[in-house]
Amino acid sequence: MKMSGAQIICESLVKEGVEVIFGILGGAILPLYDILPRYPQLRHILVRHEQGAAHAADGYARATGKVGVCMATSGPGATNLVTGIANAHLDSSPMVAITGQVARPFIGKDAFQEIDITGITLPITKHNYLVLEAGSLARTVKEAFHLARSGRPGPVLIDVPRDVFIEEAEFHYPSKVNLPGYKPTLQGHPAQIKKAAKLINEARQPLIIAGRGVIISGAYAELKQLAETAQIPVVTTLLGIGCFPESHILSFGMLGMHGMAYANMAVTTADAIITIGMRFDDRATAKVSGFAPNARIIHIDIDPTEIGKNVRVDVPIVGDVTVVLKELNKLITAIEHIDWLEQLDNWRKEHPSTVIRDSEGLLPQFVIRKIYEVTEGEATIVTGVGQNQMWAAQHYQYDKPNSLISSGGLGTMGFELPAALGAKIGRPDNIVWCIAGDGGFQMTIQELATVVQEKAAVKIAIIDNGYLGMVRQWQELFYGKRYVATPLSGPDFVRVAEAYGIPGLRVKHKEEAVPAIEQAMAEQGPFLIDFVVEPEENVYPMVPPGASLAEVLEEPRKEAKAVKDSAKLPVSNI
Amino acid sequence: MAATKHTIVALVEDKPGVLNRMASLFRRRGFNIESIAVGHSEIPHLSRMTIVVDGTTTMVEQVRKQLGKVIDVVRVSDITGDDVITRELALIKVKATSSTRSEIMQIVDIFRANIVDVGSDSVTVEVTGDEEKIDSLLNLLRGFGLKELARTGRLAMTRGASSPLRVEKGSPKSRAKKQKA
Repeated sequence: MKMSGAQIICESLVKEGVEVIFGILGGAILPLYDILPRYPQLRHILVRHEQGAAHAADGYARATGKVGVCMATSGPGATNLVTGIANAHLDSSPMVAITGQVARPFIGKDAFQEIDITGITLPITKHNYLVLEAGSLARTVKEAFHLARSGRPGPVLIDVPRDVFIEEAEFHYPSKVNLPGYKPTLQGHPAQIKKAAKLINEARQPLIIAGRGVIISGAYAELKQLAETAQIPVVTTLLGIGCFPESHILSFGMLGMHGMAYANMAVTTADAIITIGMRFDDRATAKVSGFAPNARIIHIDIDPTEIGKNVRVDVPIVGDVTVVLKELNKLITAIEHIDWLEQLDNWRKEHPSTVIRDSEGLLPQFVIRKIYEVTEGEATIVTGVGQNQMWAAQHYQYDKPNSLISSGGLGTMGFELPAALGAKIGRPDNIVWCIAGDGGFQMTIQELATVVQEKAAVKIAIIDNGYLGMVRQWQELFYGKRYVATPLSGPDFVRVAEAYGIPGLRVKHKEEAVPAIEQAMAEQGPFLIDFVVEPEENVYPMVPPGASLAEVLEEPRKEAKAVKDSAKLPVSNI
Repeated sequence: MAATKHTIVALVEDKPGVLNRMASLFRRRGFNIESIAVGHSEIPHLSRMTIVVDGTTTMVEQVRKQLGKVIDVVRVSDITGDDVITRELALIKVKATSSTRSEIMQIVDIFRANIVDVGSDSVTVEVTGDEEKIDSLLNLLRGFGLKELARTGRLAMTRGASSPLRVEKGSPKSRAKKQKA
């Protein structure tokens, strides 16, 4: 049956089970939008900046497990998506972005609102397409969704010239994809699995480091079985939080630059480490030469390029985490490691990284803890980036996968509000709390209008300290307290919320916190709380740049062990 | 670990922008690419790329895997150390006067190269061979004065019947000698 390119795209999206699209239209993509109302299954959500569309699609994808879809017009619409696409790329979120492009005769002529978006997004997409004939559209959409969601997920961009939306072609949705250059390895090599099992069975101080790959693969039961059978303690990366219930007796928190001291100590002393679906990011490993010095390392990951990229491992296994763990579990013997677990428990008692000190003033850690208590740990927490993010990771206990949604790889401030919107739209029955810093919140504050238009009951907590907090912390510890460009003014957030049509409250004192949170929860629709917190609070524990995980800073000391002169900082990432 | 030259061959889909993708990847990952030669392969719609990378074994392993990740790359293999035939073609324009011309011709003869152009003050030499042969000829001709040089970059093919790039159904995309870290 012959139809226009725009119709072909809509039919294809419906075939892929798409239910929500976040976007902003414009001239080049107008023909597609004109057709949209004929497809009531496709709910379009108009955002206020295309960056919001991309982050919302990302948050939606993480909350639902489906592919997030965003659309924008050519030129500035497309370039505004770039940050969100890069964010999805680094955190392996499944996303399809559709951009309008100028008509074919105008491509390459610096036309009005023309931009080479496929060129720009080459390094930040799993793959991208410029579709030059309507007849290729169906196949392209099918391939795009397949690539977005399979193997190591990621964003795929489809750039469609305006006249291709209008051109007509036969619509036939392919039943299979033909991608000879794409065959992710799912089965782990049996010899490697055997080798890994032997290592685990003989280990005396084994440890599991679980990352986002466990969540993407859905390997919760398999991970639990491995941990429980061989009594192996589990730590997670930031993005792995929730893959293993933090209330479980074998859970020992998060490792890394702001991980719990006892988790970092476990990594440093373990003799065998099973790393699952994680990529040895520098925030997690700190100084590579000091990472797990006593351990033989098993690395299970679906992406072969991650094996051996940052850290040399002893037993690499390329494959889908669930598939590999199933096979591995068959070879694991039931065993106990009582001494080792006791050691970790003692460290946890001696280094209470998640204990909040007493204070007169309102502490940000306290705010997170109270949100945890009032929501009973059942909420979906979507964070910004920086101190607010670290405190949210540390002081809320996460038992379910995707209960923490955070920008880890790219670390994008402004992710919080649109991603929370996306998460709520995807899972309307979830309680969604957006934890934002006052700096990051101002970057995508315009999406408050979308929240209201879509009647999304997102609860917003602003950790308001008048600073770009994490950078200020670095300036305090490593740059002689020279607060350059970190003190930050903002509006009266409560009045801004009210101006958008969202009720809100300001909290300045400890005793006001719980009542405010309860009031937010009681509210049917969205609610904003501006928590004015202690302004110069630091995130601890901290592993300073260039240091190894063992050299973690714990007490809130304002000078001492920290390197005073930035010129003497060892060469490390940031 | 010392940096050495490695030869990687890849079969890629003959689509617009594929070369761009590869080049973009090399630049972004900081790979030290000596030469790239691309052309049609024996399979319709697939081009064959021969890439010479200068690097340590670990780094080249990353190159091979990153290339394999590109959707348009169908097969990739590191054939360094395999039993391979390597060839390259060079066109060399050398300064030649009436007194030096015969000496140049003698050298060209020894290397079984050809003179494909003669001018009043130069000759153009065409030579095919492995890199060492071309480098040796170049060194000898340099003494006369090089006016222009164009080299294609290395082409490589394994000897015998087997082909590391044979595309089999369901086989893993890139062949590693061992699954190494």
